[in-house]
Amino acid sequence: MNKPLDTQLIDAPEARWQAEYAQQIGADRPIVNRSGIPIAPLYTPRDFDPARYAETLGFPGQPPYTRGIYPTMHRGRTWSQRQLIGLGTPEDYNARLRHLLDQGASAISLIPCNSVFRGYDMDEVHEELLGTCGTVVNSAEHMERALAGVDLARVSCAMNDPSPFTLLAFLLATAQRRGTDWRAVSGTSNQSDYLSHYVANHMFFRIALPGARRILVDHIDFCNRFLPRWNPMSVVGQHVQQGGATPAEAMAFTLATAIQIADDCRARGMDPDRYLPRFTFFFDISISFFEEIAKFRAGRRIWARVARERLGAQDPRAWRFKFHGQTSGVDLTRQQPLNNVARVAVQAMAGIFGGLQSLHTDSHDEALSTPTAAGARIAVATQNILREEAHLTDVIDPLGGSFYVERLTDQMEAEILRVMRLVEDAGGMYRAVEAGLVQKMIGESARRFQAGVDSGAQTVVGVNAYRVDEDAAARQPLERPDPARMRAHVASFKAFKAARSQAAVARALDALAAAAHDARENVFGKVVEAAAAGCTHGEICGRLREELGFGHVQAIV
Amino acid sequence: MNVDIRPKVLITKVGFDGHDRGSRVVAAYLRDAGMEVIYTPPWQEIPTVVKLATEEDVDVIGISSLATDHLIVPKVMDALRTAGLGDVAVIVGGIVPDEDEKTLLESGVARVFHPGAALDDIARYVREVTPRVRAARGAV
Repeated sequence: MNKPLDTQLIDAPEARWQAEYAQQIGADRPIVNRSGIPIAPLYTPRDFDPARYAETLGFPGQPPYTRGIYPTMHRGRTWSQRQLIGLGTPEDYNARLRHLLDQGASAISLIPCNSVFRGYDMDEVHEELLGTCGTVVNSAEHMERALAGVDLARVSCAMNDPSPFTLLAFLLATAQRRGTDWRAVSGTSNQSDYLSHYVANHMFFRIALPGARRILVDHIDFCNRFLPRWNPMSVVGQHVQQGGATPAEAMAFTLATAIQIADDCRARGMDPDRYLPRFTFFFDISISFFEEIAKFRAGRRIWARVARERLGAQDPRAWRFKFHGQTSGVDLTRQQPLNNVARVAVQAMAGIFGGLQSLHTDSHDEALSTPTAAGARIAVATQNILREEAHLTDVIDPLGGSFYVERLTDQMEAEILRVMRLVEDAGGMYRAVEAGLVQKMIGESARRFQAGVDSGAQTVVGVNAYRVDEDAAARQPLERPDPARMRAHVASFKAFKAARSQAAVARALDALAAAAHDARENVFGKVVEAAAAGCTHGEICGRLREELGFGHVQAIV
Repeated sequence: MNVDIRPKVLITKVGFDGHDRGSRVVAAYLRDAGMEVIYTPPWQEIPTVVKLATEEDVDVIGISSLATDHLIVPKVMDALRTAGLGDVAVIVGGIVPDEDEKTLLESGVARVFHPGAALDDIARYVREVTPRVRAARGAV
């Protein structure tokens, strides 16, 4: 056994280093990370008390999970390589999907067109925009085509599918038609976190807050009962961090949101040991390397405590902080876009050392346009290189025990807890968001960051430093959906709508409306029935919007 | 340049996308720089933008687009001209591919600001263009 550190032994050399450092550094510029934590030039045994090891670090797979949620971590299973994809028609999507599966992707995602995010069908919107940012999926039939050749009992599907979760309803209808048992279907309802959407004004606003709150609990309850392998809840820190929140704020808002939703489930009489193990988290990974690693380690530690002590979960699976990370698009630059390959690699490494379970790496051309196929290929290759060439996964939590990383983890934890208390004092996340408190904080952080870039305090290569004249003509040409194919997609959709049993559609939508006003009913269950009856996405969202109110957006600058 | 002129700017987003970090940061910066800023949340309909621009009598309209919504900006330009607001300077900020920038400029957009543009450059441009907008309007 090592003896406790005798700090007297380092007194003299430390004093000498301090003197030499002060003499040679000249005017030492203060360094503060994005979360506002001052960074010292050196960390030593004074920053890490080994006596606290068992309590604050422990071992992988054991509370407080600081070093990882599974005993084997990346030495065992590495992470799911889950690239976000979505473009064009269901057939366009299917082609790219199969290509990625052939390249080694182990799980799939579906990003729908922004018209879908807004709750509309393709025949209700500006046709110029269709399929330029995601796949146009409006019905169970479209889902069937988008997932042609994909075995739903084997491949896990993550879908960006906000309330009222029509894409999952279409997926379940597809599974039913193919004879796939719902109990075998696995995946995640990404973007189920309506609060983060509201805060970051991100992508969609379909249904007013109280309606979204109720449907989410219905959805979790339904999935817990009928889809044991489905994660109905993805609590999202990514939107708020992309929207400007510091890494510590993003973690704090995410944990506060998870508490809010767990409290809402509990108020419905649901069992924490059923819903909490199916909570997952989704984070942004910025290029602030050590800060991100500390953010994830601290978040894991806090969640283990909160899930057990505050949310009442007895099942250790509920204490595990399972998260997907996406490299941050905000850090990518339009200038010298190939530089983004390097940025994404650094961000991805931060996520890996942070102990993620699933990773999306951005394409380097994201700051120019919707990613091209060539860009997406490099992003996937980046993961393969990090996983299999670079030996990053040989050792679990390889930065654990670093004086700096442990100290920073403690400091990030304190900052996260401070922001969580602000939210708590405002009455919890729902009230804090309703009142605009969270939006205000994020806006201020975004402005502070931009001011740092504008002043040059934060270098951004190619933007405020190391600029070069670029040949714009050398950039990749755009890939946009073929307008003729998109028009054919719209035409076939209209034909499909005309040929359906209108009586069945009307009955299903009426049942949905009735459920919206009856607390004993499960609204999501009715969405599933409506999808199977041939109702479209726009019809389902439109009817719920009529019954539960349309969300308004707060303008907070 | 007439330093007494206080530009009046509408900052908005049209289409489907809700990524509003850019529009909020720009709006706050222009406001703090002493301009009069009318800010809207995302997802404005084109007629709403025209109505606001008319009622508020703005000099400049800033449209933020991060996810291809700029593809309907030519429709905004047509609607502004139809409403007699062809002299308002429209600037677009966000992710606009080069080939689309050309289309936007041809449709009458005054300037496109790409990711990495300094806030100060945007403010300077708004100050520069405002007297020209007012002169054109006075001449009509």
